[in-house]
Amino acid sequence: MELTLNHYLILSAIIFAIGVTGVLTRRNVLIILMSVELMLNSANMTLIAFSHYLQNIDGMVFVFFTMTVAAAEVGIGLAIVVTMFRNKGTIDVGNFNLLKG
Amino acid sequence: MLDLSIVMSMAFLVEKSIVTVFIFIVVLAVVAYATLGERKIAGYLQDRHGPNRAGIGKHKLWGILQPIADGTKFFMKEDIIPDKANKILFVLAPTFTFCAAGFIMAAIPFGDRITIFGREVLLQIADINLGILYILAIGSLGVYGIAMGGWASNNKYSLMGGLRTVSQMISYEIVMGLALVALMIDHGTPALRQIVIQQSGPIWHWSVFSHPLGFLLFYISVFAECSRMPFDLPEAENELVAGYHTEYSSMKFGLFQFGEYTHMTLASCFIATLYFGGWTIPWVAVPENPGLIWGIISFGVLWIKALFFLFVFMWVRWTLPRFRYDQLLYLGWKKLIPLAIFNIFLTAGLILLFQKFGIAG
Amino acid sequence: MQGVMFIVLALVTLFSALMVITRKDPVSSILYLVLTFFCFAGFYVLLGAQFLAAVQIIVYAGAIAVLFLFVVMMLNLREPEAEEGKELIPIWKPLGYAVGIGVGIVFLSYLASSPGPAIPPLNGGDEIYAMGRADFLGKALFTDFILPFEIAGVLLLAAVLGAVALAKKKRV
Repeated sequence: MELTLNHYLILSAIIFAIGVTGVLTRRNVLIILMSVELMLNSANMTLIAFSHYLQNIDGMVFVFFTMTVAAAEVGIGLAIVVTMFRNKGTIDVGNFNLLKG
Repeated sequence: MLDLSIVMSMAFLVEKSIVTVFIFIVVLAVVAYATLGERKIAGYLQDRHGPNRAGIGKHKLWGILQPIADGTKFFMKEDIIPDKANKILFVLAPTFTFCAAGFIMAAIPFGDRITIFGREVLLQIADINLGILYILAIGSLGVYGIAMGGWASNNKYSLMGGLRTVSQMISYEIVMGLALVALMIDHGTPALRQIVIQQSGPIWHWSVFSHPLGFLLFYISVFAECSRMPFDLPEAENELVAGYHTEYSSMKFGLFQFGEYTHMTLASCFIATLYFGGWTIPWVAVPENPGLIWGIISFGVLWIKALFFLFVFMWVRWTLPRFRYDQLLYLGWKKLIPLAIFNIFLTAGLILLFQKFGIAG
Repeated sequence: MQGVMFIVLALVTLFSALMVITRKDPVSSILYLVLTFFCFAGFYVLLGAQFLAAVQIIVYAGAIAVLFLFVVMMLNLREPEAEEGKELIPIWKPLGYAVGIGVGIVFLSYLASSPGPAIPPLNGGDEIYAMGRADFLGKALFTDFILPFEIAGVLLLAAVLGAVALAKKKRV
């Protein structure tokens, strides 16, 4: 079987859709964050696939920055989750409705 | 990482399988005897004999069959899975610990090339050009086994042990990585075979002489990664019963122990490879066409160096007291990480200085 | 050979990604997430980005997923989340699934319309293979991308400070 660029793009599209579904349907903040990670990863794969296809290193460099952002995002996100748990005793997003009018 | 076109060739596969099985058996044998060695060394350090009974019939043979007796004992014991435990994770955890430790051996160069039947065979399972990164990546997975075990046992002490493991390993992995960054700056490559060859020649070519601070940081963090004595908080028996393996019995417990010793053994090989010239002998040049004899010698040289570090692991265990949990994290984050960053700048600065004044570094 | 590898990896990736978003127990989700990260590293190797594959495992599997595990263990979240009841909008979940599947269909309908260009195959030792090496990436990172690189450093510093400030217990 010959691999084409579309193989990678289709796979990353499916993973991205799975991530979107996870963010929209789950109520556990941790799993929502994990779904965001899935989406970031699928974007990374697209970048690397294009980088490999075009023989241009820019895509790979960009993946570095995505990883940096992902690490920072998880660090901050989990700190927020811990704070939320301290205040409310749960990490169900349904209970975080302080801003409700 | 592997050369995909070569993988196809049959002879290569056969050759690699033989090398892999051979290295695997040697490592497992060393690990099995490390458990005996630990008890022997503990005995001598405490002015007693240690196990000296397991032999054949009347011949005690200094207890040389003790590992076999231990293994049999582990298999004979009753295997208990707690009622409230997460069964799948509970069974998976020790396996994972052992595998994560064992995979490290794939990248370590255990010896030089040897020539058999006209084929050059590398005494290394895979000559990965990102060897250091591979080992860092695999080494960072060991935490999952212990954390899974601690979580799945559904026991407060196990959970505390698992929590301590995670925080300790994350903290000291950073130190380890930063110490290795300085080493990679100096050698200019993460490929372990290249690093070994660059260290051949006079003894002061060993990286330990050019990176004393980096070596110290790396060695301390290896102790923490293997959760060995000054840092064995995950299983601190007088605080946490036995930490993450409180609920484990029989061969599952045995596999945890075996994983810990495998990790230690391979970490010793890794230290010897990175900082002490690996399989090279000081002042002996690496031959152009190495034969079988040289291969065996280089293999032995690495193991002599590695066994020394394995001995230090045990020596330290029976000499130093345990850290307190907050002291451990304090040391990691406030002392070792700044030192490691300083070490990177120092190394980079010295290399620049040497380049400017044309002195070979 | 590479095609077979791709198929196997793709199946494992899809399965574990689905498991991540469907498991009730957060620890299983995390472990499946780690499996997914591994598969991604496998794809990166297939695409000749060996260095990024190693970094993927070190950063994602070795740090990010471990942080998730640490938080789950620290908060001791043993009870599976109560999914039923007190939904703000009753059709919230089906709507979520519909949107997710819709996003997938939109992407796929665009991509599946053409077979797509073949990507260069990977053979050891050639230029394509060398592109994913650490030295090439390092050169690009420290010459063309030096400003983004430094900004990323500042971002990480801000994240460290933010995380400490958020998670620190308030002194009374």
